[in-house]
Amino acid sequence: MWAMMSKTSFVGRETVKQDDIDSLAQGREFSTLSGIPVKEIYTPDDISSLNYEKRLGEPGSYPYTRGVHRAMYCKRLWTMRQFSGFGTPDQTNERFKYLLSTGETGLSVAFDMPTLMGYDPDDPLSRGEVGREGVSVATIRDAERLFSGIPLDRVSVSMTINGPAIVLLALYIVAAERQGVGQAELSGTLQNDILKEYIAQKEFIFPPEPSVRLVVDTFEYCSRNMPKYNFISVSGYHIREAGATAVQELAFTLADGITYVEKAVERGLSVDDFAPRISFFFDSHIDFFEEIAKFRAARRMWARIMTERFGAKNPRSAWLRFHTQTAGVSLTAQQPLNNVVRTAYEALAAVLGGTQSLHTNAMDEALGLPTEEAAKLALRTQQILALETGVANTVDPLAGSYYIESLTEAIEEQAWKIIGEIENMGGVIRAIESGYYQRALSDSAYRYQRSLEEKRRFLVGVNAFRDDEEPKIPVFKVDPEIERSQVEAVRTLREKRDKSRLEHALEELASASKRQENLVPFVIECVRSDATMGEIVKTLKGVYGEYLEPRIF
Amino acid sequence: MVLAKLGLDGHDRGIKVIARALSDSGMEVVYTGLRQTPEQVANAALQEDADVVAVSILSGAHMTLVPALIQCLRSLGVGDIPVVVGGIIPNEDSPALKAAGVADIMGPGTPLSQLVKRLTEIAKSERR
Repeated sequence: MWAMMSKTSFVGRETVKQDDIDSLAQGREFSTLSGIPVKEIYTPDDISSLNYEKRLGEPGSYPYTRGVHRAMYCKRLWTMRQFSGFGTPDQTNERFKYLLSTGETGLSVAFDMPTLMGYDPDDPLSRGEVGREGVSVATIRDAERLFSGIPLDRVSVSMTINGPAIVLLALYIVAAERQGVGQAELSGTLQNDILKEYIAQKEFIFPPEPSVRLVVDTFEYCSRNMPKYNFISVSGYHIREAGATAVQELAFTLADGITYVEKAVERGLSVDDFAPRISFFFDSHIDFFEEIAKFRAARRMWARIMTERFGAKNPRSAWLRFHTQTAGVSLTAQQPLNNVVRTAYEALAAVLGGTQSLHTNAMDEALGLPTEEAAKLALRTQQILALETGVANTVDPLAGSYYIESLTEAIEEQAWKIIGEIENMGGVIRAIESGYYQRALSDSAYRYQRSLEEKRRFLVGVNAFRDDEEPKIPVFKVDPEIERSQVEAVRTLREKRDKSRLEHALEELASASKRQENLVPFVIECVRSDATMGEIVKTLKGVYGEYLEPRIF
Repeated sequence: MVLAKLGLDGHDRGIKVIARALSDSGMEVVYTGLRQTPEQVANAALQEDADVVAVSILSGAHMTLVPALIQCLRSLGVGDIPVVVGGIIPNEDSPALKAAGVADIMGPGTPLSQLVKRLTEIAKSERR
């Protein structure tokens, strides 16, 4: 009687047939999202050969499986760092202050497409795009407005920028300088991971070789002048969002990390001089235990790579420190309130996985940029996690779990295999040029989509428990007037600056880039001379050319 | 079918999945790749003698770029090629896009089978 009643709903209306969760669940995959089979039960036998000292270690001790620090959140909570940005620098500055006052503990800047691609707001290719996906920043005036009233010696800032990362680094340094804050005091992160752009996010500008050289320039400059600054965030998030499985995300990210370290060592940098400031960025997706195992495997693998392959002597060189973002791609446009729940589970996985820093998505992720209310709830999700659930009271609580340790081993094993395959292809750059990543991501994405179509995997509200009507929730709108005002601002700056100083700075940049010198000081001088983003990037395009990717699907 | 990424938006996971599904169902698919201007997409549609142009755009720039695309198609004399849009398109923008000449808008959560069916329908019926 109950079984029958649960399949229909009565509320004074005609009975409506709902999805039958039991039969849906019967059709599900008994494997992780990566396809690793999951058994009904795990026992001590599954981890009988696990050596605690060698494979886990205490947190804060090699191989750091349990965490990079001894006390982790008992001593200091993860940073609550919410990615945000839209419209003009003033509007984003306001949102930063709102988020800080609501309790976030670090800033994270989202830039608009023109900024990400190195175009000024008045470039023909910027039309319709200014301020839409993030904040428009093209000049030192924009950077000053962005950070106005925010003490850069006390608030750490992460900037999600890749192609023109060197430009944003310079803008940040000069804006801080004008606040009276020296480079050595700056704390934060520059995403600056160009390899993953070719692989997944597609915000590349120049071809791979010169682009990687620019990254190494920042390694060199920052490790010498900015001891508190993470000059790179080697990222798996975008690779995952573009279609990769957890195993691919892990393998591809570490392969990128290996490539950067190799290039820096080739340049003559000493591993222990820069490696401690390499940071990482992972996705936290909806397959709960797989994500936790992935984070643990990541730490163990990087520790081994840094000590065995690169001979690092400083323990900090072996620490995989990472930021996490809950999976945007797991969220739905249908029934957006469901996303609050997904994000909470994903945040929990990230914390149980030992992340240093966390962004939780807003529930309107699939509809637009976050409204203030949605952004606040996303932050509250972390605060509840930190203060109410007790999970932050002990380090790596899932260690020793028969399932978690088996899964950590399995993910690691599969990831090493993939790293080996990439090496056999001649490394990451060769693999990029061959189209390997495009095919790999396309295949994984398609396979996942088919699993949804065939109801072997589920999205509640989309392929199960759909509603006929969707609620109308407020959606954030970017004022198109912003484009006009940013265009005016950049034109005004161009009129008012010292043109001969500017021309000289751009010429020096061009010659330095032809001589393959470290470009950071030259870009800083350009920024001081009121060069715009577009002008600096165009100068570099003149030397390096532009990259076009093959159209594989 | 010409599948296109308009503007600077680099999110290509969805369009690639759709390209493959269409291809698997026997459709001839041309994918323009990223960073296409309205002019470039219109030219591709003309050159390929497209039955439909399917645009993916997640950047919020659709209200500028999609009408511009339709204008370009018209000025090339192929304004009768139906344009379908997907990506992140707020519901409240649908009327304006339809008024500008968009044949259909298919957003996230649309089952692949439904998408393939609808695109095939549009490709076969609406071009005179």
